[in-house]
Amino acid sequence: MKSQENVANHPAMLGDRVKRAGWKEKLSHLFSRYGIFLIFIGMVVLMSFLSPAFLNVYNLMNVVRQISFIGIVAMGVTMVIITTGIDLSSGSVIALVSVVAASFAHPGEYPLIVPIAIGLAIGVLAGCINGTISAKGNIPPFIATLGMMTAARGLALLYSDGRPIGNLSDSFSFLGRGEILGIPFPIIVFLIMGIISHLLLSKTKFGKYTYAIGGNEQAARICGINVDRYKILIYTYAGLLSAIAGLMLTARVSAGQPSMGQMYELDAIAAAVIGGTSLSGGIGTIPGTMIGALIIGVLNNGLDLLNVSSYWQQILKGAIIVAAVLLDSRKQKKS
Amino acid sequence: MGTEYILEMENISKEFPGVKALDKIRLKVKKGTVHALMGENGAGKSTLMKIIFGMYTPDSGTMKFKGKELKLSGPKDALDQGISMIHQELSPVPYMTVAENIFLGREPVYGKTGWVNTKKMIEDTRKLLQSLQIHVDPTAKMNDLSIANMQMVEIAKAVSYHADLIIMDEPTSAITEKEVEHLFEIIRSLKKKRVSIIYISHKMDEIFKICDEITVLRDGQYIGTQAAGELNQDLLIQMMVGREIKQVFHKEKAEIKEVALSVKNLSRAGKFSNVSFEVRKGEILGIAGLMGSGRTELIESIFGIHPPTSGEIYLHGNRVKIHSPADAIRHKMALLTEDRKLTGAFLPLSVRDNMTISSLDRFIKYGLVHSKSVKKACDEQIERLNIKTPNLNQLILNLSGGNQQKVLLARWLLNDPDVLILDEPTRGVDVGAKSEIHKLMSKLAREGKAIIMISSELPEILGMSDRIIVMHEGNKKGELTREEASQEKILELAYQ
Ligand SMILES: Nc1ncnc2c1ncn2[C@@H]1O[C@H](COP(=O)(O)OP(=O)(O)OP(=O)(O)O)[C@@H](O)[C@H]1O
Ligand SMILES: [Mg+2]
Repeated sequence: MKSQENVANHPAMLGDRVKRAGWKEKLSHLFSRYGIFLIFIGMVVLMSFLSPAFLNVYNLMNVVRQISFIGIVAMGVTMVIITTGIDLSSGSVIALVSVVAASFAHPGEYPLIVPIAIGLAIGVLAGCINGTISAKGNIPPFIATLGMMTAARGLALLYSDGRPIGNLSDSFSFLGRGEILGIPFPIIVFLIMGIISHLLLSKTKFGKYTYAIGGNEQAARICGINVDRYKILIYTYAGLLSAIAGLMLTARVSAGQPSMGQMYELDAIAAAVIGGTSLSGGIGTIPGTMIGALIIGVLNNGLDLLNVSSYWQQILKGAIIVAAVLLDSRKQKKS
Repeated sequence: MGTEYILEMENISKEFPGVKALDKIRLKVKKGTVHALMGENGAGKSTLMKIIFGMYTPDSGTMKFKGKELKLSGPKDALDQGISMIHQELSPVPYMTVAENIFLGREPVYGKTGWVNTKKMIEDTRKLLQSLQIHVDPTAKMNDLSIANMQMVEIAKAVSYHADLIIMDEPTSAITEKEVEHLFEIIRSLKKKRVSIIYISHKMDEIFKICDEITVLRDGQYIGTQAAGELNQDLLIQMMVGREIKQVFHKEKAEIKEVALSVKNLSRAGKFSNVSFEVRKGEILGIAGLMGSGRTELIESIFGIHPPTSGEIYLHGNRVKIHSPADAIRHKMALLTEDRKLTGAFLPLSVRDNMTISSLDRFIKYGLVHSKSVKKACDEQIERLNIKTPNLNQLILNLSGGNQQKVLLARWLLNDPDVLILDEPTRGVDVGAKSEIHKLMSKLAREGKAIIMISSELPEILGMSDRIIVMHEGNKKGELTREEASQEKILELAYQ
């Protein structure tokens, strides 16, 4: 087990006071570390008993594809929350990216790279503005991104005149509807972005600084970390991920829509929190968030299959978010 | 009177994942006495205190308080039963006033309305502070106070519960001799009222000045209890560490070479003015002065945390502009800050991340942090500083105070700085580790590093410094060489 590495053979460490962990401790350690994962497995098992339609490749693929958009957004949101920030603008940025990219994606007009590049640029710009306003302007991220949330939605409506922009090229539609080796393209992007984000957060300077800023911003400054710069980078990365989700969603529904992505910011925050990200900063992982998104997906899908009304679905989702946070704060208190 | 003991603990054990923090500990405190609890960093002192205060439940063992079995549901319960505590880590609510902090959780209200009677609260606080002769405004915001005053407020708060037993976990680590004397006055008057006190400190002289009995823990084990009169410093240290350590300062002669850092007429409005000094390679420069004399503010300015309003800084003879800590670090400076919790540790992060955060560039390979070399470097530091942690993934939050301090020191050593600024480097560090840190300072000086050390402990200043500057109310009052310096001369300059 990772956290037990090299305990016994290090002379300077606690020596004979360190005991081999008993199986009970091991189990509780396992649970506190992988608890969310176990809950996820439990849900899958339960669902496959309750509904025969659940455990079939097509349905499972469907679940993952549905949450891949939110999952991608949630990765950026996780990093933002780790710094004790918050990003409320993801859904609106998705909408803005959607309408603008769609208007460059009609068949026979521009090569595929143009709508993609423009879409990504919008996301990056929006994120960069979020980060700059909250870091340099010393404005709480809640307010800064709330502003962006409202403004970006307004821009999307303005740009599209409030109407969907349809007639998209086949190559663009592939981003949302295509498959490679039978696996939907959004799932592939979800996994790839998951790996990249995970590496970024756990293995790079950028990631270590993200945790440090969230753990103690003042100490981070004294350690020579350019806090403002990294905050801007983190929000920018979150914006980029929103843009990726926005492009794929647009392709998926074959239209740029100014109403797209409503409530996505909240679902993304929920996925992060269910996955163990702490709103008080310094704690959270990408795999946790991915599982968090999957839990939301399985829940939605399962309740659909069981014919539970969408009203109840919302109520249950709310309860689960609160339960997840409760579990987490219990865990922290205990240690 | 019934039993003569106010608190009796037997066979108390407590385990954390991977650490047996307490193993069959006994502690018996007599009524109206001051009982010292001694032991190295990580010996289990704070853990034992948290058990008495209801923050942890012991895995096994019995506790009796005032002759009756003691079972606690939490700190509130402990307070209700007559036990209060001053915590090792200050925990004020920064944006609330002194009065609000003191009455947190038991605010006086109008009748049963729940409406806080602010006037009464402030008045009661004023009376309390007055009776203890602590000169702090009850309506001041907590974060506007100096650390020393915050500590005094915490002391007042602990006293205000009229408890029969007060636990003081390193109450003097953040205050100077003057305030320590003040605290002792308070303790003596509490003793007269038959209040018992458990006193934890790493400062030996305090123990023999104020304590009646001493219990020693070592590595979670009970070593013994003796009357203070039957012990002396050397015997006590031997009990604590299990081997002999001479309590002398490990000052070794180092060759003092060219000037590494010099500051000229440095000022920051309202904090300090016209300070000039230099420190040479191989030299340890001590900065003495009272709390609030501008010492910490001075070095914070040099390090770029709050840049100075005027004046010049030279490194190796070249004028430099330092606008941020990042600039300072680039110029190979390091600063160990005085407040671990506020400006030092990343509490939710691991020992590994805490140690390497400011030297990550060293460990990057192909853009990724190379975990093997990180581990190697951390293990080296753990061995060098004798840091007690079950592994590198342990959260720094779970280390004992002294071991946290060592992790932070290791952080800066990993940067291999030329100019090392240490603000209260041995605060909360046990005798053994203290002399190790002193040894290390001597060694670093011999390697040609320039060291600036702020300390509120005069023996440490006198023992370690080659030269001493004394600050008073934001001004440099004088400079003494090692040979001319004495306790009296420093105090004379510091108080004026
Ligand atoms: N919550 C916790 N989780 C895991 N380990 C802990 C926890 N609290 C304390 N420990 C461990 O228990 C041991 C005793 O710690 P404790 O804080 O009681 O030491 P201490 O005697 O107060 O030391 P110091 O003088 O440095 O304050 C240490 O090894 C510490 O790492
Ligand atoms: Mg302690």
